[in-house]
Amino acid sequence: MTTVEDATGIVAAPERHVRILERPRATTGKFSWVTTVDHKKIAIMYATLALCFFVVGGIEALFIRLQLAQPDGTILSAARYNEFFTMHGTTMVFLLGMPIAAAFGNYLVPIMIGARDVAFPRLNMLGFWIFALGGLFIYSSFALGGAPDGGWFGYAPLTSTPLANGYLPGRGTDFWTVGLIMLGIGSVATAVNFLVTTLNMRAPGMTLMRMPVFVWMILVIAFLTLFAMPPVTAALIMVFMDRNFHTNFFNAAAGGDPLMYQNLFWIFGHPEVYILILPGMGIVSEILPVFSRKPLFGYSIVVFSGIAIGFLGWGVWAHHMFASGLGPVAVSAFGLSTMLIAIPTGVKIFNWLATVWGGAVRLRTPMLFALGFIAQFTVGGLSGVMHSIVPSDTQQTDTYFVVAHFHYVLFGGLVFAVFGGFYYWWPKVFGKMLNEKMGKLNFWLMVVGFNLTFFPMHFLGFEGQPRRTYTYPKGMGWDFMNLLATIGAFIIATSVLVFIVNIIFTSRRGEKVGHDPWDARTLEWSIPSPPPEYNFAVVPVVTSLDDYWHRKYTEDDEGRLVKIESGPSADEEPIPPAGFDATKIHMPSPSYWPLIFALALPIMGYGFVFQNWFLLAGGVIVAFFGLSGWAIEPSTEPDASHSEVVH
Amino acid sequence: MLDRKHRLRRAGTSAAIAIAVVMLASCGDSTGPNNKQNALRPAGKYSRQILHLTEPFFWVAVVVGLGVIAGTFYVALRFREKPGEERAPKQVHGNAVLEISWTVIPAVILAIMAVPTVATIFSLAKKPTGPNVVHVTVTARQWWWEFSYTDKGSEVETANELHIPVGQPISLTLQTPECSPKPCYNNGVIHSFWVPALNGKKDVVPGRHQFLKLEADQPGMYMGQCAEYCGLSHADMRLRVFAQTPAEYQAWVQSQLAQKTAVAALERGVNNPAYQCASCHSFTAGTPGIVAPNLAHLADRTAFAGDKYLLNYDNLWKWVYDAPSRKPMGKLTQHMPNFSAQGMSQAEAQKIACFLLTNTATNPSPTPPECVGK
Repeated sequence: MTTVEDATGIVAAPERHVRILERPRATTGKFSWVTTVDHKKIAIMYATLALCFFVVGGIEALFIRLQLAQPDGTILSAARYNEFFTMHGTTMVFLLGMPIAAAFGNYLVPIMIGARDVAFPRLNMLGFWIFALGGLFIYSSFALGGAPDGGWFGYAPLTSTPLANGYLPGRGTDFWTVGLIMLGIGSVATAVNFLVTTLNMRAPGMTLMRMPVFVWMILVIAFLTLFAMPPVTAALIMVFMDRNFHTNFFNAAAGGDPLMYQNLFWIFGHPEVYILILPGMGIVSEILPVFSRKPLFGYSIVVFSGIAIGFLGWGVWAHHMFASGLGPVAVSAFGLSTMLIAIPTGVKIFNWLATVWGGAVRLRTPMLFALGFIAQFTVGGLSGVMHSIVPSDTQQTDTYFVVAHFHYVLFGGLVFAVFGGFYYWWPKVFGKMLNEKMGKLNFWLMVVGFNLTFFPMHFLGFEGQPRRTYTYPKGMGWDFMNLLATIGAFIIATSVLVFIVNIIFTSRRGEKVGHDPWDARTLEWSIPSPPPEYNFAVVPVVTSLDDYWHRKYTEDDEGRLVKIESGPSADEEPIPPAGFDATKIHMPSPSYWPLIFALALPIMGYGFVFQNWFLLAGGVIVAFFGLSGWAIEPSTEPDASHSEVVH
Repeated sequence: MLDRKHRLRRAGTSAAIAIAVVMLASCGDSTGPNNKQNALRPAGKYSRQILHLTEPFFWVAVVVGLGVIAGTFYVALRFREKPGEERAPKQVHGNAVLEISWTVIPAVILAIMAVPTVATIFSLAKKPTGPNVVHVTVTARQWWWEFSYTDKGSEVETANELHIPVGQPISLTLQTPECSPKPCYNNGVIHSFWVPALNGKKDVVPGRHQFLKLEADQPGMYMGQCAEYCGLSHADMRLRVFAQTPAEYQAWVQSQLAQKTAVAALERGVNNPAYQCASCHSFTAGTPGIVAPNLAHLADRTAFAGDKYLLNYDNLWKWVYDAPSRKPMGKLTQHMPNFSAQGMSQAEAQKIACFLLTNTATNPSPTPPECVGK
């Protein structure tokens, strides 16, 4: 509260607002991270936490691999193994894949479209805190009577049968259903925010077809998330009710239908796959042109392919159910739709290769990861098409062939893109370049480890090894390849360790770089590194795709690259125009309320899981308190210097 | 002397070659181990039909995949900027002809693949007819398989081991156990019946009667396994298929129909009612157990406990003594109990094992040495 002089020059007493929680004001310092609504800080928190979960999920995977390194493994009990593979999948999908998209999207979408923040900063903050608390909520199950152990897909009636039957003893499945519902609320909030931001907050001249491919992909996954979360939420609620209140949604003995769960889950689950991979495709589409010094080949067809993948993604869910007994007509239809989706995917791969073709290729770490993405994602794509050959799929599904397939898509694809993205945007976010030598070591270890882990699994699948088995007997001939996979997994772990060392090394003595170290193309490189809170001193006016590039370069008559001498240069820091006053820019103010509302969710969650109705009621009260405070708080606190009126 | 960079490059090359060798080695024997559970070694017409459908697409995928990988290496190395070099590459924004062609060509390839795919789907979904079809109902339980032969005159009841005649189509009805009394919540979970050498898999879904057919063309033993995660002991839900000549198969059916030892004697031998074995198991040939395998012909089988253990004296007495320590049962409400906790001594468990091994075998094998005198 500041004191304000009135016209007479007498200092009036500061007005005492009666407030329960004083609005936080700090935008720097440790505590500011808790109340921040800045999309960049939120993005950094998303990425940090997602990386932590990546490490935790990775450790679970290492245990799984140790258990399977040889037949009749005894590292883990069956119960612990089932918890670990369930939590590995759940973690990597919901606590790494989706939040990492939110991390990159949060940081980049506003800057790439020339905006100063997202459309709904506090909703954005809410999304992050729900993710953080939801993730911790699910993991708290390890200490509170057993972790989820029904698989990341949680098929009913295994998950939905009442506890007393002992199919899945412990409260793990309840934590899983309630936790995922919680995370879904956060995802939908984030999706709405991305949708409105992308559609409404673009700088002048930033038409849809001038948006970077990455922004397009975030737009597509925001739509997918918005429509995919409701069916799975419904399914999860039904599982919870069947399990705890003896409803019979999935109980065949009482007329329920177990396959209804599968339909609901995969109507979410397949678009979910694209929610995970499309941001990776977006990242790669940004990296390849920069390091080839050529525009993306066929920008519009790459964008439309992404949209097509998003649309077709709704029509292929039953290919996860080819062994479920849907009948020949249904499986034929879904087999054909699955083949169809390979076409736009293939188009993207060829366009990426054509982008690099004829370029001036700089094989820096981000480029290596992007190229790794192309090669490995293709393998995953092709094994995916093999699933559309329905009779083949009945041999492959639920075997290690599928494990190989989707790890080639989600690890060889998404994780490689994410690491490429880290190396590419690190200098923008922190103003320092990650060490290149360690980066290359990181890349090559990951390539070797990844392929050693997952390539042999293709064969293990055909040779009869099913997924989700805590052990296998001697004499099946699977020993050697399982051992290879285990060795590979530890090489992957080493590569991640190199990355962490690289982060620490860079933060201590990393090379400081300018605002445009890669000579890049999109708007984020036109502003200082790290960007100021308001991103753009002057909101840019966009005249073309890759606007920043075209301020630097033009083409001669033969289409060759020519530098514009008067254009911006990587050596000169962008300077705000004379008379620019950063305090005049109204940025959204920090807030407690979204955090309070987010805190209410795990309280309600524990209430549901332990059926403690007092806890539930307490959570509802906290939620109501948080929402009320949020509703009456203005998004930007009126600036005391010119808005606060003295009576 | 090599400089450091050269050495690094050489190390990189050797590593690449080593990986390639490992990968090739894993493809080397293209059909993989003869583990009796291998989809690449089909032993019947349906699995062969599937493999024949897969193979051409597999090779198309290999060619496309290697092409893209080679292409990635090629563009990266061919257009690589040397240190100090400043190239001004031609700014190509797209090429309609190229883009249309790499949209259309895959579409055509896929359209070609679609024809045999759909034909095979319908052919595999067709139920076999005729007098030589053998009908078996498969009940998937937690965590073992119950096989009930339903054709007239061969109402055999067995567990984990399916006997079939070669050259004859087998029509399976896959189901989970009926539950009672209603309302009840114990008619099981989803499993998946999979014998890779004989056909693809089919899920066993509570409330449904699913169809799957098998056919073996050579006598032999084929292994299978539950392929849908079904809880704690999913990994221990295995099965064996014995394909026999029709004559041998008929002999087997006849042997299973006969009651080798009287039911009362069997029950007495396992100290029923002290341990209430008959409240879960059945000792009457051809009659399903309540919730556990029929034991009238136990010793005719080669393995037990969802094919987790080979059937021999040692495995069997330990199982009788304390089953939950031999196979994870968790908190399942109905499972083979820990009899040692109910006062069974090891000697008693050994005696029961010996009794079962000697009295439920159609063709008594020599008495296990441990059982002499017990």
